[in-house]
Amino acid sequence: MSVENEDRTCIPCIPEATLPTMQEAPRECKNEKQMKMLKEIKCLEFAIVELAEYLDTHPNDEKALCLHNKYCKELKEIKDIYQKIYGPLTINYPCNKWRWLEEPWPWEGGNK
Amino acid sequence: MWTYNKILQYPINIKQTDPRLAKVIISQYGGPDGELAASLRYLSQRFGMPDQTAKAVLNDIGTEELAHLEMVGTIVHQLTKNASIEELEKAGLAPYYTDHGVDVYPVSAAGVPFTASYIAAKGDPIANLQEDLAAEQKARATYEKLIDLCRDNPDVLDPLKFLRQREIVHFQRFGETLRGIQDKLAEKKYYMNKMN
Repeated sequence: MSVENEDRTCIPCIPEATLPTMQEAPRECKNEKQMKMLKEIKCLEFAIVELAEYLDTHPNDEKALCLHNKYCKELKEIKDIYQKIYGPLTINYPCNKWRWLEEPWPWEGGNK
Repeated sequence: MWTYNKILQYPINIKQTDPRLAKVIISQYGGPDGELAASLRYLSQRFGMPDQTAKAVLNDIGTEELAHLEMVGTIVHQLTKNASIEELEKAGLAPYYTDHGVDVYPVSAAGVPFTASYIAAKGDPIANLQEDLAAEQKARATYEKLIDLCRDNPDVLDPLKFLRQREIVHFQRFGETLRGIQDKLAEKKYYMNKMN
């Protein structure tokens, strides 16, 4: 990271208003830990998409690149733990039992 | 290639069935400024782009639009889930139900089926990016009209607001991409013969 970028508090063109404010976990949800992890996964997935699109037109922005690296690392860590407990989020995740069939799907309220 | 991620890009949890809202929101699934048109437009225009930035922007935004397509489909699905035949009829969805049942089929709010002309891949980088800028504004305007129509349903409002915001960010990225291409085209070009 270059010195002149260090005192910048925010990344241009990514105003805070575009970051998602997730809905509160629905009351009927029994597993708060799962909801908390999912919320973090969604936030990280979103931040990575947003940063990637930003970096496509600002590839030399060191601060954005640093953030992208940080979030990718955090996402990998939390996704590994989540999938181990609650089942795969992609078919790239190996498991002993084929848990991909487990319902509900996202449009039915699964992993919401 | 793509890999499916078994989560929605933004949470959707609609508690109240409301087929009347589903009938208008489906326009952002299969209407002229909907997410299906957006994703296929950008993913089709990628192939003819002259620079790295334009290829990457179209690829990445086109991919995000697929996630939005899933979100809009989810809203329509949840708004019609467990709706009675009477409720569907009352919402004007009897013709839709006849041909498509409870599947999510790409049509506009007025019931016009999706057509490939929405994809608008012209084979010209400037024309294409201008098209994309307009498309993002048209999608934003559509979401604002839907937000007006869904004002009493916070479960629907919340994801619609998120989708509207994304149109604004994409407009910004396409603007930067277009500027890059125009600057490149405006550069002085030098043609030299081999020196003897």
